[in-house]
Order: sequence, then structure tokens, then C-alpha cells
Amino acid sequence: MSELNGNSRSKLHGLWALTNRELKKWYKAPVIFLLSIIQPVLWMGLLGKAMNIGAIFSGGTFTMPSLTPSLTPSQLQQLGSYFAGLQTSILQGAFNTTDYFSFMAVGMISFTALFTTMFSGMSVVWDRRLGFLNKVLSTPVSRATIVFSKVLSATLRSMFQAGLIILVAIAFGLQFGIGFNPVYVLGVFAIMFLICVGLSSIFIAITIRSTRIETPMAVVNLINLPLMFASNAFFPTKFMPDWLQTIAKVNPLTYTTDAVRQLLIFSTDWTQLALDFTYVGIFAVVAATIGIVLSWRFLSK
Amino acid sequence: MSEGVIKTEGLTKVFNKHLTAVDHVDFSVKQGEIFGFLGPNGAGKTTTINMLITILKPTEGKASVLDFDIAKQDDEVRNVIGVVPQEYTADEDLTGLENVLLCADLYGIPRSIAKERATDLLKLVELTDFKDKKVQTFSGGMRRRLELACGLINRPKVLFLDEPTLGLDVQTRTATWNYIRKLKKEYGMTLFMTTHYLEEADALCDRVAIIDHGKIVVIGAPQELKHSLGGDVITLGIREDDDVSELIRKVEHVKDAKRENGSYRIKAEYGEITAPFIIEALRKKGYTVTKLSLTEPTLNEVYLEYTGKSLRDAEESREAFAAQRMTMRRARQ
Repeated sequence: MSELNGNSRSKLHGLWALTNRELKKWYKAPVIFLLSIIQPVLWMGLLGKAMNIGAIFSGGTFTMPSLTPSLTPSQLQQLGSYFAGLQTSILQGAFNTTDYFSFMAVGMISFTALFTTMFSGMSVVWDRRLGFLNKVLSTPVSRATIVFSKVLSATLRSMFQAGLIILVAIAFGLQFGIGFNPVYVLGVFAIMFLICVGLSSIFIAITIRSTRIETPMAVVNLINLPLMFASNAFFPTKFMPDWLQTIAKVNPLTYTTDAVRQLLIFSTDWTQLALDFTYVGIFAVVAATIGIVLSWRFLSK
Repeated sequence: MSEGVIKTEGLTKVFNKHLTAVDHVDFSVKQGEIFGFLGPNGAGKTTTINMLITILKPTEGKASVLDFDIAKQDDEVRNVIGVVPQEYTADEDLTGLENVLLCADLYGIPRSIAKERATDLLKLVELTDFKDKKVQTFSGGMRRRLELACGLINRPKVLFLDEPTLGLDVQTRTATWNYIRKLKKEYGMTLFMTTHYLEEADALCDRVAIIDHGKIVVIGAPQELKHSLGGDVITLGIREDDDVSELIRKVEHVKDAKRENGSYRIKAEYGEITAPFIIEALRKKGYTVTKLSLTEPTLNEVYLEYTGKSLRDAEESREAFAAQRMTMRRARQ
């Protein structure tokens, strides 16, 4: 199949044409584009501000009415500052940051990656049902290009959304880690690229054989939330039961989220970051290989 | 290059190990002709075309397009063919021009050349005025023409059309035929098409292959096939009450004559030439011909003869299928 590769420039051209076709559906449709911008804002507002774990420890929650009369004002003040310190140390201990909102805003970035890539399988089914896939298959575009254009468009979309989430999170009061450097944002995009390539390859491989739109829907419904909550996206894994921790430990979303946190809100642990990148990188390569090989085999049936 | 532009040898496709969609099919399409594949739903037409355009691999047998093996040299085949699929595959969200340019990109045609060709092709299919309109707003006929423009963007030597007029109204169908004829005439292109409309095969194709249950039952020019049925049918009435069937049978080219309800049903080759001779023979014996009609066999009769069933039933279910497909497409929005 590849002995006729004198035209490699044009094959790359096909890749961009197909990717751009997918993207145009998104950025040329004002409503869809607007919704995809609003969505992360909404989620962040709802999840981040509703689950305000920090607020549990601050004033208001502890009134201690029975103790109050027997304590002197100075004792009371001591107790107050003790609890304030407790709040900081608990949050620091649990989340590695004192601001739960920052912790969870970063989780949102993985969340978006997962959701956007999940729907990439859907567009394959549509293309098959509408005959577009067959038309493309009859042109000299390589099979791998067809699959990869889907992967790439989902990846670019979620990278755009990730950038947006960071901006929105800053507006909502994201607290950067000590030693944060704006260049680290590039690292965020890099890890997003890797996880999105991996995830969408898998979803495409799952759905490429199906001719019914219900199949990818069912797959998405079955695994999206379990995959999300069996990771450290919204809650640290160390408080999870052992069996869940095991799942979270192999879940690539855990490593993605951790990498983004290391880059944005923690005081960066470079060894841990290197481990995260390696894990997600291997995941991306393996998933993309599986996805492309499976799709290729199926497409050249 | 040898004579056949498309050649198949024992081409077979079996799905799921036991469903034989195409069963040892042999045919050869000549340079510059319109070759039609005629058959009902599920006869194996689309499966055959899908193998020839390299999107399905044959289970058995061989086929080549312009001497490129469809299984081993699929990339070469894809470069020289154009495909107009059964479905409307143009992207609804893109404009007519954007769709044609997308097709050009798939063939790796540089932008400057692509723009020039796209403009010419949109003119050819009379869509120039609509090129910047989204395909959503296009009618069925316009969509079909757009597909045609897309299929021609790489200047194919062989064009494959899968049910080119499916779901179109009569006027649009006739207009589409004209485009197809124009292509053949102006570009000397070889066309391979599938259809289940007999009148379409009759009007367009130089040769047709009738396919049923995955097998080719007969191949030939539509005229030839009609003749193979034993010629035309002449119905004739005379004023007198005598039985003249014996007399009619003696006329040259008359194959059979039967008296039915006071008139005669005559099977004859070249009916339009034979009929005057019959009248002459009867007049010589003093009989007066009061009425005469001539019926040429249609491809439908050929079809009936070879497959033992009418195409009409199949056609109906096909229309229903097309309607359903339309609904589904709309549902996407």
C-alpha cells in the first residue's frame, strides 16, 4: 500500500482537509461554538463553587455553642486560629493546595478532554451512515489519515477548551502554585494533546464498526462518569478505598490531571511530572497504534 | 493496454462466511462506453461497485481498472477513478464550492488548480449561482449534481455512478441523464453505473449486465437483449372472419401468429419492416386490415425473461428506503 508514496505532501493535505471539515462544523456554527464555550464555565461554576470544600472549615460551620460560655475570649481566639490553621493544613494535606476551587478547576480540564474525545466516535458513525466515509475511502487518502483526522479534530477542540478553562478559572480566582511560569501552560497543552490522542483513538476504535448511533452513545454513557470519578480529577485518590485506588492508578486521567496540577497549582515536583508525561505518552502511543491498526483493518475489509 | 478498461474474473464477495453477495462475476467494460449494472435490491450491484472502487476487498477472484489490480494496486486505482455514490455525501454545513474543494484536497490537488477545476465543474453541472450557498439549502437534484462535480474533480478516466438518479423526480432524472451523456461525449470517459430503472439503462447504457442473486444472468446491448426475446409483437385485426394465421406465418421474419379474440398476435423480428409485408400478403388474398399495432419489447420484458420477476416491486421498496434515508439525514440537524 505504501509503495506509491511519491505523493506524501498531498496525503498530509488530505489530513488537514478532513480535520478542518470536522472543525468547521464546530467553529462555523455559532450556537455550537458558543455552547462549547459556555459548557466548561457552567461546569466549573456548578462543581467548583457548589462543592466548596474549603468553606466547611471556615467560620460559620463551627459555632460550638456549649463551649462558648466557659471559655475566655483569649482562649476562644486561640481556638479560632487553631481551626483556621487546621483548615489550611487539612486542605494542604488532602489536596496539596489550600484552594479547592483551583484543585477542581484543573480537574475540569481532564473532564473536558474526556467528554470532547468521547464524541469523536460519534462522528465516525455519522460519516458511515451518510456515505461520506465510503466516498473518502474511494479516494487516494490513506486509511490512517481518515482515522487520524478524527483524532486530531477532537484533540484540537479539547485543547482549545482547555485554554478557555484556564482563562475562566483565572477569572474565578485560580491560585497558581509557587514558582509558576506562564511557559508551563505549554506543558498543559502538551499533556492535553497526548491524552486526547489516546482517548479519541480508543473511542474511534470502539465505534468504527458500528452503524448505529446508539452504540457510541451507550459506550459514552457507560464509561464517562466512572472513568472521571475513578481518577483524581475532583478528589484525591489517597482517600479512596483500595480497589478504587487501583483503578485510579491505571487511569490515564489521573496522570493527566496530576501533570496539569503540577504545572499550574502545585509547587512543581519535576520527578512526578516526568512520570505523568511518560505514562500519558505511552498511553497515547499504545492507544493510537491500537486505534489506527484496528480501524485500518476494518476500513480495508 | 488491453481492450477492457474494467475487467473482472470470477469476482466474488462473501459476507460473514456464508452470505454470497457477488458470485463469480465475469465481465469487461470497453473504453468509452457506458456500462450498466441492472438488478433489483440486494442483487449485488453496490457490492460489485464497492469492490471496483476499492472500498471492499474481494473474497475471491480478480478485477482490474485500467490494468491496475483492485486488490494489490488500490492506490493507483483510486487515483484514476471518480465515484458518485448512491448517498448524498456532500457536507451539509459547507457550501457547494467548499465541498468540491474538499474533494480536491482528498486527491491532493493543489489549491490553485483545484479552484479552477471546481469553477469549471460547477459550471458544467449548472451550480455556479449556488456555489456559495450551504448544501443544506440544495434540492435533491442539485445535491446529485454536486456529487457529480465532486466525482469529476480528479479528471477520472473511469467514472463510477451508483444509482445516479435514485429518489429524483422525472425531470431531474432526465436532466441527470443529459449530464451523463455530455460527460461521455465531451471527455470520452468510460462510465460504469448501477441502476434499477430499466428506462435509465435503456436510455443511457451502451451495454447492460443484468445481475440477480449475485450472478450475471446476461450481458449485451439493450437492443440486442430485446431482440433476443424473439422480436416485436404485432397485433392485427381484419374485417373478414376467416382464420388467416397460417397465411401470416408464411411471411418472412414472422416467427409465430396466433388468433386471440378475433385479432392476431404476431411475433416477428424487425416488426416495423415486417408489418407492411404482412399487410401486403393479406391484401393480395383479398383481406382488409382494419387495425394494427406494433409493440417493441422493453427491457422490462428482458428482465422478466431472465430473472423471472418484475423490477417494479423492488423499485418500490427502494423508494421507501431512499425516503427513510432522507429523513435520517434531516434528523441530523
